[in-house]
Amino acid sequence: MAAKTHRVLPGFGLALGYTLVYLSLLILLPLGGMVLKASELGFGQIIDIALGERSLAAFRVTFGASFLAAAVNAFFGLIVAWILVRYPFPGKRFVDALVDLPFALPTAVAGITLATLYAGNGWLGRFIEPLGIKVAYTPLGIVVALTFITLPFVVRTLQPVIEDIETEVEEAAASLGASRWQTFVKVIFPAIFPALLTGFALAFARAVGEYGSVIFIAGNLPLISEITPLLIISKLEQYDVLGATALAVVMLALSFILLLAVNLLQWWTANRHKNNEPLEVTAAKASGGAQ
Amino acid sequence: MKKISKSLSALLLGLAASAALADVTLLNASYDVARDVYKDFNPLFQKHWKAKTGEIVDIKQSHGGSTKQVRAVADGLEADVVTMNQANDIEFLADKGLVAKDWAKKFPNSASPYTSAMVFIVRKGNPKGIKDWNDLAAPGTQIIIPHPKNTGNGRNTYLSAWAWALKQPGGNDQKAQEFLGKLLKNAPLFAAGGRDATTTFMQRKMGDVLITFESEAEMIAKEFGKGEFEVVYPSLTMQTEFPVALVEKVVDKKGTRTQAQAYLEYLWSKEGQENAAQNYLRPRDADILKKYSAFFPPVKTFTVDEVFGGANKAFATHFKDGGSFDQIYVAK
Amino acid sequence: MKSNRATQEPRWVRYTLLTVGLGFLFFFLGLPLVAVFVEALAQGVPLYVEALKEPETRSAIWLTVAIALAVLPFNIIFGVAAAWAIAKFEFKGKSLLITLIDLPFAVSPVVAGLVFILLFGAQGTFGPWLSEHDIKIIFAVPGMILATLFITFPFIARELIPLMQAQGKDEEEAAVSLGASGWQMFRRVTLPNIKWGLLYGVILSNARAMGEFGAVSVVSGHIRGETNTLPLHVEILYNEYNAIGAFAAASILALLALVTLVAKTIVEWRMKKETEMLNTVLAPEKT
Repeated sequence: MAAKTHRVLPGFGLALGYTLVYLSLLILLPLGGMVLKASELGFGQIIDIALGERSLAAFRVTFGASFLAAAVNAFFGLIVAWILVRYPFPGKRFVDALVDLPFALPTAVAGITLATLYAGNGWLGRFIEPLGIKVAYTPLGIVVALTFITLPFVVRTLQPVIEDIETEVEEAAASLGASRWQTFVKVIFPAIFPALLTGFALAFARAVGEYGSVIFIAGNLPLISEITPLLIISKLEQYDVLGATALAVVMLALSFILLLAVNLLQWWTANRHKNNEPLEVTAAKASGGAQ
Repeated sequence: MKKISKSLSALLLGLAASAALADVTLLNASYDVARDVYKDFNPLFQKHWKAKTGEIVDIKQSHGGSTKQVRAVADGLEADVVTMNQANDIEFLADKGLVAKDWAKKFPNSASPYTSAMVFIVRKGNPKGIKDWNDLAAPGTQIIIPHPKNTGNGRNTYLSAWAWALKQPGGNDQKAQEFLGKLLKNAPLFAAGGRDATTTFMQRKMGDVLITFESEAEMIAKEFGKGEFEVVYPSLTMQTEFPVALVEKVVDKKGTRTQAQAYLEYLWSKEGQENAAQNYLRPRDADILKKYSAFFPPVKTFTVDEVFGGANKAFATHFKDGGSFDQIYVAK
Repeated sequence: MKSNRATQEPRWVRYTLLTVGLGFLFFFLGLPLVAVFVEALAQGVPLYVEALKEPETRSAIWLTVAIALAVLPFNIIFGVAAAWAIAKFEFKGKSLLITLIDLPFAVSPVVAGLVFILLFGAQGTFGPWLSEHDIKIIFAVPGMILATLFITFPFIARELIPLMQAQGKDEEEAAVSLGASGWQMFRRVTLPNIKWGLLYGVILSNARAMGEFGAVSVVSGHIRGETNTLPLHVEILYNEYNAIGAFAAASILALLALVTLVAKTIVEWRMKKETEMLNTVLAPEKT
C-alpha cells in the first residue's frame, strides 16, 4: 500500500510544490534565521542556558502543565465533540459557537478573567479554596489557563471526523450483534483516534508556547511556577536577544521531537486502520466478541 | 475578495489622510501607563507650537512596556522622541547609537521632567500597622508586587527595599540581600505587571500591602474608590525618574529635530509641569509642586544614581541573570 | 435513520455524556465569558457603549478585521493544497512535513514576533536593505499580517488532513475514472466532502487571527490609531485603569467569535440546498 507509484489523482506535484515553497518562505526561513542567530552563542553556551536550574524547572512546569492540559482536553474534548455532533439539545448552536471563544479572546483577558474567577474571593475560588485546593497562583492555575487556551483544538479536529462517520457501519456492526460499547471501541474509536491524537498534539504544542494568559494566573515564582516563555521574556528584558533565541531554539527542538513522535504514531495508527477493509470485516470484527 | 481589498485600501487611505493634514508628524514612544499624561500634554504643545510658528504638528503615541518600546525603537520603530520610565532603557538606545551618549545632560534634571516615588498601599485602617520596609518582611505579612526581575515597577520596589536595608545601622550589601530574601518570601506571587498587581490586591483582595508608584494611588482611587485603601510613605524610598530623549537618528532622517526638541523642552514649561502634577506626578518646578502639595506630602527619597551608581550598574548587579535577585532563589 | 437503537447509546449514557460535556464547557468557557461581560457592563450599558465609541477602539476593530480578512485567502489555499498532498498521496517524509506544519503552534507567540524582527528589523538580516529602499514591514501593517500568517499557519491544513485521511480517496478516484477533470473532481467531490473541516479551519484561524496578542504586539509598534489591533488596545486600556473599556473591547472579540454562529448557519443552509440539488443531478451517475 505504502509506496505505490501509480497515481490516479491529479494535482500532487502542484499541491506539494506549493506547500513546500510556502512553508519554506513563511515558516522555515524565519525559524532558520532564529536558529542561525542562536548559533552565534555556540552549542556549549546554549546547553548551559538550557540546563540552568531555573531553566530546567521552567521546562518541567511548562511541558508538564501542557501535557496535563492537553490530556484533559483530549478526554473532555472527545465528549464535547461527540455530543455536539450526535445529540440534540437546546442551545446547541450557541454552545457550538462558544467553543471558538478561547481563540478569539486575547490571551491576557483570558488570564485575567481566570485569575479573578479562581482567586480566593472569585466565583469559583471561594468554593474550591475551602476544600484546600488552590488554583490561582499555583502550577494548577497554569494547567487551567492552558486547558482554556487549547480547548478548541480537540473538539474542532474531532467534529468533522465524527460527522463523517457513516452510520451504516455502526448499523452493520449492531446488526451483527455488537453491543454499542463494542461498536464504539472497535469501529468508532479507531476511526477517530488519529484525529484525537492530532488534536492532542496541537493542543500540547500550543500550550507549550503560551505566555499571555499564563503569567496572570501562574504566580511566576522562580523554580515553582515559572514557565519557559517567561524566561524568554526575562532575557528580552535584559536586552539579551541572543539568550532569548537560544531558549526559544531549545524549546522549539523539544516541541519538534515530541510533535514528530506523535505524528509518527498517528501515521502508524492511521495506516493500520485504513479504509481498505471492507465494511463487513470491520463490522464483523466489532461483533466478534458477541458471537 | 474584491470587497476585502476595497475595505483594506479604504482603511489605508483613511490612515494616510489623517496624517496628511499636519505639517509635521512626531511619534512619541512611551511607557505603558503614560497615556493620560501625554493625552493632555500633546494638545497643549500643539497649541503652543501653532501660536509660536504657525506650524501644525500631529503627535502620535505608542505605548508599551518600557524595555519593549526601546527594543522596538532599536529595531526600527521610527519614534522621534522616547519618554520612558527607566534610565537604563535610554542607556540601551545610547549604546545602539540612536540617542546621544550624554542624553541625561541634554535636558534639566537628568532629563526627567517629573518624578514619582514608591509607596505602600494598605487596606483601610492599616490593620497590620505597616509603616516601613521592615514591616513588609515580618512573618505573616503578605506583599503584592510585580515581578522584581521582569518589570520596572518590581525592580523599583526591589531597589527601594535594598537601599533602605543598606541605610540601616550596620547595613551592608550582604545584609540587604538577606533582608530582600525575607521580604520576597512574603510574596505569594509575582504579578505580571503593575496593573495586574493592583487588580490582585484591590479586586481579588490578596495580600496586606501593595507596593507601587505614588501616581498609581490616584488611578486606583479612580477605579476602586478612595475609601478602600490608605497610602503609607516609608521612611526612605526611591525617587523614580521618567527620562526623555531625542532619537537622533530618526529626527535627522525625518528632519524633525526642531519640533521634537521643542516638544521635549515644553515638558519643563509651566503648562507641562502643571499637567504632570495633575496626573499625580511630582513636578520639578518648585512653585507648581507647592501649589499641588496636597497631592505630594514630603517624603525622603534617594535616587538610583546616589545609592547604586547609575541605572545600568544597578540593573547589572541585581537583575541580570545570576544577579542578586537570582541568587536569592537559586544559589543555595 | 431507521433504528435508533443501533446507532445510539442508551439513555443514561447519553445523559451522562451531555452532563459531563456541558458541565465542562460551562466551567471552562461559560463562566469566563460571563465574567468578561460582567466586567464590561459593571457600570451599566451606557458606559459600555461609550467605551466602544472611542475612535481609537473603532480603528482597532477595523484593523483587526482587516488583518483577519487579509490572512484568510492565504490560509485557505495553503491549507487545501497541503491537505491534498498529504492526505491523498503517499510519499516519504510525510510525518516530518506534518510536524513542520505544526511547528508554528509550538513557537511561543513572542518568539514568533521576534523571528520577523530578526529578519526585517533595523538590526536584522534584511533590515538595512529595506530601509535603503524605504520599505516598511516591521512596525507597520505588513509585519502584522506576516506575524498573523505565521500564527495561524497550521489551522486549516491540520483541520483537513485527518478528515481527508479518514475519507480516503475512493470517491475522487471514481470521479476521475468517470472522466472528471481535476477541477470538476475537486469542486463536485472533494469540496462537498471537506466543507465542514474547511469551515472549522476557517473559523478557528479567523478567531485566532483576531485574538492574537503576543506575536502581533512584538511587530506592531503600538502606534495608537494606526497599528493597534483590538487585543493590543485591550492591554493598553487595562493598564490605564480603564477596565470597562478593556473588557468592552474584549467582549467585542468574544462576539466576533460568536459571529461564526451566524456564518456556520448560513453555510450549513446553503450546503444543504446545494447537496440536495447535486444529489438529484448526480444520482444516476453515482453507483
